[in-house]
Amino acid sequence: MSASATPPLDQPGRGHPEASGTVPGRLEAHLRSRRAAGRKLVVPYVTGGLGEDWLDVVRAVAAAGADAIEIGLPFSDPVMDGPTIQEASQRALEAGATPQGIVAALRSADVDVPIAVMTYYNIVARAGHRRMASELARCGVVAAILPDLPVDEAGPWAEAADEAGIETVMLAAPTTPDDRLEVICRRSRGFVYAVGMLGVTGERRELAASAVAIAARCKRATDLPVLVGVGVSNAEQAREICAVADGVVVGSALVRRLLEGAGPEGAGELVAALRAGVDEG
Amino acid sequence: MSVHDEVPATLMGRPGGDGRFGEYGGRFVPESLVPACMELADAFESAWSDPAFRARLDGLLGSYAGRPTPVTECLRLSERLGVRVLLKREDLTHTGSHKINNVLGQALLAERMGKRRLVAETGAGQHGVASATAAALLGLECVVYMGAVDVERQSLNVFRMELLGAEVRTVLSGSRTLKDAVNEALRDWVASVETTHYCLGSVMGPHPYPYMVRQFQRVVGEEAREQCRVLLGGDDPDVVVACIGGGSNAAGTFAGFVDTRAELVGVEAAGGAALGNGLPGVVHGMRSQFLQDEAGQILEAHSISAGLDYPGIGPEHAHLAAIGRARYHAVGDAEVLDAFRLLAETEGIIPALEPAHAVAWLVRAAGSGELTPGTTVLLTMSGRGDKDVQQVKEMLG
Repeated sequence: MSASATPPLDQPGRGHPEASGTVPGRLEAHLRSRRAAGRKLVVPYVTGGLGEDWLDVVRAVAAAGADAIEIGLPFSDPVMDGPTIQEASQRALEAGATPQGIVAALRSADVDVPIAVMTYYNIVARAGHRRMASELARCGVVAAILPDLPVDEAGPWAEAADEAGIETVMLAAPTTPDDRLEVICRRSRGFVYAVGMLGVTGERRELAASAVAIAARCKRATDLPVLVGVGVSNAEQAREICAVADGVVVGSALVRRLLEGAGPEGAGELVAALRAGVDEG
Repeated sequence: MSVHDEVPATLMGRPGGDGRFGEYGGRFVPESLVPACMELADAFESAWSDPAFRARLDGLLGSYAGRPTPVTECLRLSERLGVRVLLKREDLTHTGSHKINNVLGQALLAERMGKRRLVAETGAGQHGVASATAAALLGLECVVYMGAVDVERQSLNVFRMELLGAEVRTVLSGSRTLKDAVNEALRDWVASVETTHYCLGSVMGPHPYPYMVRQFQRVVGEEAREQCRVLLGGDDPDVVVACIGGGSNAAGTFAGFVDTRAELVGVEAAGGAALGNGLPGVVHGMRSQFLQDEAGQILEAHSISAGLDYPGIGPEHAHLAAIGRARYHAVGDAEVLDAFRLLAETEGIIPALEPAHAVAWLVRAAGSGELTPGTTVLLTMSGRGDKDVQQVKEMLG
């Protein structure tokens, strides 16, 4: 039923570069090569337009050892986000940030790791799929993560993104059944984003058992890098989940520090700590 | 089953498997919720075609909610306006609005799926009160999200929900109204989906909600059609009108008349006119029309009516508008207050501010000659005005 909306690809669940008939995108190639070198992957999330120095934050987390960076394009109604990222989004919007302005500013980010954007589908739909995809590509962004665009509805955007060379990262959740997980992994580009727990983004005291379970299921379903996000809050949790996953996405823990005024330096320190945590493991 | 069920209905039937009404609808939710939406779609189809489920629902609608509700012919208002006005009296149901039709259906469905906890959003508080009522009736836990602005202007409904054993959570994010209550209910559901049913109050959200809620509300239109035929000597009304926030009472009403010659009219609040001033977008799980800026940020709706204070509209209405089967108009707060008074004075019926919007359009259309004298109009009086009396008193000063 769900799968019918997504055309079946001719290769089963692993190694989609062959399945899609294209070479791996820049994000995937970059993450694969780092993984092949024995490195666990750390991907921090920074809300675009949060504070005047947000581009300095991006540079600081790159310098501190991020393997790629997610830039949040703030949306007025972020249903997948908890209080921290909601507040950051609202602050950025109140300061006049726009998705277009943030994407354009990324041209001067000047970092040597890939940049992905994370936003909600209405931002993309309003701009128009092709226009948004080509604008992202023009500004040096390599991937997009749209948490409210499930695989069944992703077709038109994902095709426009493929054409423009933008990798669409799909999300897998603890509630995703196995057959659906295959479809998600097949359609995902760049990496597979394993949602670590049932819930919105935010820091949690402990790593949920569901994080380990979904990471392991994704690893069985695909050879793409598998990164766990939602509820990964500190170096210890990052190390713990990296026993199974290829890496982590850390958003709220970083954004909270930014909301508290930690600035580029504080952001860099957190990423360095995460880096050290997963490197130790 | 009436003979009219034999009429092949291409409109307001079952949407496509992906929940589409034309280009609108769909299921745009975080992956965590997709399996639950699929389970719900299957459970609804199975329940809806199960005579035992339908009998239990019909039993509750009759013995508990007070159905069928009457159609009242408004003699004095008709004389004043020069058109023949019939009201479908959803204001006479238990809890005072059409919302009870939907929540009884969804609460029974939740029970059938083994989910013992309901979450709901509410604007004016009517859906929250109805949800709390159904939860109390079936012994379910109930949490209602309500924007801080609405908690303020509908404090009596907050107390009602608490009396009924529900927990009301005040939403402080965003515009602090209905749209943000929906966001917060969705966030709750993302975390609690394995044990919780999201009891959505209107014909909006991801598939199957727009379809399912319309089916639970179509009893309004089906009853009204039969009642109109008795009153009108076998004829259907010329015009059928209902107010629209998300659009559930209108959808239920229209479903009964979509295959008749009646002209269908939906009335939005001027400050929340998603069809009048909106653009296509994807929010709250559905592709529909939304008030938004050029970047796609959703704008705040503004209305004296908390129940219509929503920047979007149900996807099936967007479709009915696109194909021209229904038309949609917007009325302003001042006209609504006049209509509120007019209905009270001429008919002894104090309407909720939401259906007072439909009355306001009727007054305008009759006055402008848009409705020719003698036109018969069926208007769904979706709720009673008790909840709004305090607010109206303050506004009329």
